[in-house]
Amino acid sequence: MQTARIICPNGHLGFAPLKPESFAIGVATGPDFIAADSGSDDVGPGPIGSDTCTSPLAWQTHDLEAMLLAARARGVPMIIGSAGDTGTNSRVDLYVGLIREIAAKHKLAPFRLGYFYSEVDREYLRAKIRGGDPITGLEGREALSEAELDATSRIVAMAGVHPFRRLLEQGADVIIGGRSSDSAIFAAAALHRGHTEALSYYLGKVLECASFCAEPYGGKETVLGEIIDGGVHVTAMHPNQRCTVASVAGHAMYERSNPNYEFVAGGMLDMSHCHYEQISEKTTRVTGPTFVPIDRVRVKLEGAAKIGERYVGMAAVRDPYTIKHIDAVIGWARQQVRERFGETGYELHYTVYGRDGVMGPLEPVKTPAHELCIVVQGVAPTKEMAEEVCITGTRQMFYARLPEVKGTAGSVAFVLDEVLPASAAYRWSVNHTVGVDDPMELFPTHLIEIGG
Amino acid sequence: MQLRKLHELAKTIRSKNAGVDRITFDIIFRDRSTYDAVRRSGALSREAVLALYGLPESRLTDFVEFDPAYAIKFTIARLRPSGSPGDSDIFGAQQYAPLLDVDVPMPDNEPRDPVV
Repeated sequence: MQTARIICPNGHLGFAPLKPESFAIGVATGPDFIAADSGSDDVGPGPIGSDTCTSPLAWQTHDLEAMLLAARARGVPMIIGSAGDTGTNSRVDLYVGLIREIAAKHKLAPFRLGYFYSEVDREYLRAKIRGGDPITGLEGREALSEAELDATSRIVAMAGVHPFRRLLEQGADVIIGGRSSDSAIFAAAALHRGHTEALSYYLGKVLECASFCAEPYGGKETVLGEIIDGGVHVTAMHPNQRCTVASVAGHAMYERSNPNYEFVAGGMLDMSHCHYEQISEKTTRVTGPTFVPIDRVRVKLEGAAKIGERYVGMAAVRDPYTIKHIDAVIGWARQQVRERFGETGYELHYTVYGRDGVMGPLEPVKTPAHELCIVVQGVAPTKEMAEEVCITGTRQMFYARLPEVKGTAGSVAFVLDEVLPASAAYRWSVNHTVGVDDPMELFPTHLIEIGG
Repeated sequence: MQLRKLHELAKTIRSKNAGVDRITFDIIFRDRSTYDAVRRSGALSREAVLALYGLPESRLTDFVEFDPAYAIKFTIARLRPSGSPGDSDIFGAQQYAPLLDVDVPMPDNEPRDPVV
């Protein structure tokens, strides 16, 4: 069996730049693969809905350049999943273009670039629904209806190891993936080198967020993972970071409902019997994960539906009487919007900072602060209407009619007497899974020659 | 018995999205004895967490004691998916604050963490 030494310099490539010092140390250890995930659904439904990136192009380019130069210098594969935050087709094309530009800039010797798409055609899913093969909801959601399908702007499927393995088998030197499971990016590399599913997926699980599995806390630092004698060894590359039993086991919990199970297209990684052992200052060894394959693969789908255009306004309050009656102030402003636009056809949201702005109904503290800031969001089908909804909902707080207020010249303070255009409002409409006969059917792969 | 605040006992107290429909909370302790003492205290039981956040039981989707990390972890269902207009915490990263001041009855002989 071949070694599978993988370094990961960034848990979300592009969201913030990788740190060069620990990356250089990681490259000097002689990895077999350099890999990173570039996506997250944490960024909200806007980027996938509007087909844009959250991450700045400069940071994406910075990390792709560092990884490509290191990978080509060593002659090892570079693997990227979930291109451009969302892994939509346009983001894959963006990254393929960046790889091409970086290769030309540095006059790199020719290499093979593999890439795959993840966007899912609406009619493919409609046929499944009509054919009695439901698109099952995750986390308590109902099965996907045709109405929700039609409302959704864009849908991606979450690739497992399958397209990565296909491209590695075809000899790709660089892989740019559409939307992918974080762990699959790394697991595919280890599987390609002949390792077991259990250890390969665990390796992927622990590497996907880079230095989040190390301590002390510090993101965007490189970690090295490898499979040795039936265990996964994970090592921090930053001189001041260590991978400890606590930091590695703690990372198993990060961003998931249950620390014992990881679901991917093709099965489930069971970590409930993992054993963690500190084997040197910076390295922890993990043994005991198991992998439970599934008969018929189900692939996770993500999609967002547009609600409307959006404007944002702000207002603040200092008068204690007005603070005590802030709901009446908001109620007055809402009523003015209702009189102009009716009950429906728009959304108007108030977030009251200083009372429960961060936590809303979850806030246990019931006493407001001595001053409040209210953020107003107006959402409507057109920009013009969204602006008017928002300015009405914001400015009318100034004219709120409170019976015993002493200050009769205005109920709120404005930092700006205007409302600001914001990104369009979307909602996560698809968080579902679809059954597939062939795990590759949603992920068409391409292999091209770059340079020369 | 002595009352200690959870923030004095835990190494990490955090919240974060677990997918788009849920927020998960991690309370991680430095050592086995503190972890065991907090578990035994009942201050972080399912019922205690529901009461602290004013939630019905149906919104608590997972509650796990995770021995390898000396951690207590629970997950709640969001009222609406992350990033919907009006959602004030797209990453779910600031929902842990009420946990910091939870009173935990601890045995008097429980070792205190050294003051740094």
